[in-house]
Amino acid sequence: MPINYFLILSAFLFCAGAYGVLARRNSVLVLMSVELMLNAVNINLIAFSAQAQDVAGQVFALFVITIAAAEVGIGLAIVLLIYRNLRSPDLDRVEQLKG
Amino acid sequence: MGTPYFDYHALAPVIVLAAVALLALVVDFVWKDGGRRAVPQIAGIGLLLALIPVFTLAADGETRSMFGGAFVVDNYALAFAGFFLIVGYVAVLMSYDYIDEGDYYRGEYYVLLVTSVLGMVVLASARDLITIFVAIETVTLPTFVLAGWRKHDTRSNEAAIKYFIIGVLSSAVMLYGMSLIFGLSNSTLLSEIGSVASGDNPALFAVAIFLTLAGFAFKVSAVPFHFWAPDTYQGAPLPVTAFLSVASKAAGFVAMLSVVALGFFASPNSWQPVIWILAAASIVVGNLAALRQTDVVRMLAYSSVAQGGFILVPLAVSGDNDAARAGFQGVLVYILIYAAMNMGAFACVIANARRTRSTEIQSFSGLGRSNPAMAVVFTVFLFSLAGIPPFAGWFAKFVMFRAVLDAGTTAAVVLGVLAAVFSVVAFFYYGTVIRRMWFHAPVDLGDTGSPQVPGALVAAMAITTTVVVVIGVYPQLFAKIGDLAFRAT
Repeated sequence: MPINYFLILSAFLFCAGAYGVLARRNSVLVLMSVELMLNAVNINLIAFSAQAQDVAGQVFALFVITIAAAEVGIGLAIVLLIYRNLRSPDLDRVEQLKG
Repeated sequence: MGTPYFDYHALAPVIVLAAVALLALVVDFVWKDGGRRAVPQIAGIGLLLALIPVFTLAADGETRSMFGGAFVVDNYALAFAGFFLIVGYVAVLMSYDYIDEGDYYRGEYYVLLVTSVLGMVVLASARDLITIFVAIETVTLPTFVLAGWRKHDTRSNEAAIKYFIIGVLSSAVMLYGMSLIFGLSNSTLLSEIGSVASGDNPALFAVAIFLTLAGFAFKVSAVPFHFWAPDTYQGAPLPVTAFLSVASKAAGFVAMLSVVALGFFASPNSWQPVIWILAAASIVVGNLAALRQTDVVRMLAYSSVAQGGFILVPLAVSGDNDAARAGFQGVLVYILIYAAMNMGAFACVIANARRTRSTEIQSFSGLGRSNPAMAVVFTVFLFSLAGIPPFAGWFAKFVMFRAVLDAGTTAAVVLGVLAAVFSVVAFFYYGTVIRRMWFHAPVDLGDTGSPQVPGALVAAMAITTTVVVVIGVYPQLFAKIGDLAFRAT
C-alpha cells in the first residue's frame, strides 16, 4: 500500500483535531481533540517506520502514547477542578483574566 | 547489540535530581508534620548537590556521548545544566515562604519543581528528536500542575487550563513536524537529520521545520503564539510565574537552539524567515502591549515576550555569512542573563506583594521611602532589563547587536534597527515603575501584609543581584562561558 494513504489519513485527523481544540467549548471534547492530533502523529511515525524498515519510529510512537496518557491525566484533573469550582465544563465561563 | 554503555559520571546530575525528587516525595508522605520543614530543604540542597558533578564534568572537559549519540554531555550541555540548576534553586528560595504561608501547602510542590528541572537538564544534553520530546514534556507537565496550584482560586484554575491547552496543542504541532522530519530523513538523530537537510524534498522539509519551530514558539511565547502567557502568568502563584517566565521559556530556547544548530543548519532558507518573523513580531507586539499594562505581572509577562524576541534576533541572523558563531553565542548569553534579571525582578514583585497584597504598578508607589533597599534592588533589575550599563542587560543587548553586524545582510540590519527602536520603547514601561517607586508618595492600600522580607527571598534577590552586577561590570567572564559552549556544538 502506498504511504500516501496513511499520510492523507493522518493529515485529515490532525486537522480535525486542531479544529476541535480551537472551536469546541467543552473542555472534555477539547481533550479528545488533542488525542486525535497525537494519534495522527502516531500514524505518521508508524507509516514512515514501516516504509523505512526502521524501528526508531515505532519507539517514538510508544513514547508519544505514554506521554499522551500522562497529559490527559493532568488535563482531566484540571478540568475536574474547574468543574468543582464553577459547576460547568464550559471553557467560555473561564475568562476572568484579560488584557 | 550489547548492553548500552552507561557513563555514570556524565549521568550523575540527572541521577541525583531523580533521587532527590523521589526522596522528597517519600519524606513528605511518611513524615507529615516534619516534612513541611524538611521537603523544601531536601529540594534546595538536592539541586545544589546536582551542581557538583556538573562542575567535575566541566573540569574534566571531555565530551561524553551515550545511547548512540542521543545523549551528549559537552560544554554546551553543561553550561545550560548548571544554569538550570541555579534557576531551580532560586525558584525554591522564592517559593519557600509563599507556599508555606498559603493554605495550600503540599510537599508535592517541590517534587514537581525538581522534576521540571530534571527535564531541563536532560534537554540540555538531548541530541535526538525522541529525547528532546521526552525532555520537553518532563519540563512542561509538572508546570501545568504548578500553574493551577491554588485549587480553590478560579483564576489559578484558569491559568492552568489555558496553559495546559496551549501546551498540549503546541506539543502536538511540534510532534507532527518531528514525524515528518523522521519520514524525510529516516532518523531521529539531529546529526543525521543535518546531513539530509537539503535533500530531495525541500518544500516538505520546510513545512516540517515550520511546524516544529511553531511548537517551540508556543513554549517560548513568541508572537503570534504568545496569547496564553499574560493570563497564565497573572493567574498562577507568583513563584510559579517566575519559574515559568524563565525556566520553561529557556527550555524552549535551548530546544530551538539545539535543533537549529545541529539539525536544520544546512538549509537556512527554511528556518531563517520563520525565526525572523517570530523575532520581529515579538519585539513589536510585546513592547507595545507592555506599555499599557497597569498590573506589574502582566507588564513583566509582555516584557518577557519582548525579551524573547530579542533572544531570537541572534538566532534569526545566524545563517547569514559567518554570523553562526556570534549568533549562537548571542542566544546563549542572552538567555542566561535574561534569567538572572527576570528572576530577580519577580523576587521583588513577590516581596512587594507580601507587603501590599497587590501586584498593581500603583502599589509600588513610595517604595523608595518605605523600603529603600528593595527599591534599589528592583531598580537594578529594571535597568538591567532595559539594557542600561553597568548592569548585565547591556551585555546581552551588545552580543545581540554584534551578531546582527556580523551577519550584515539587509534582513539582519532591519531586524537590528527594529530591536534598537523598541529597546527605547521598553524603557518607558520599565521607567514608569521606577518613577512610581522613587518620585510618588505612598498610596494607602489598607496595608495588611507584613513589611518584613523573609530570609529565603532575600537570598534569592542577593544571588540574582550579584549575577546581574558582576556580569554587567565584568562581562568577559560570561563571554568565555559562551565561547566554550559554542566550541562544543
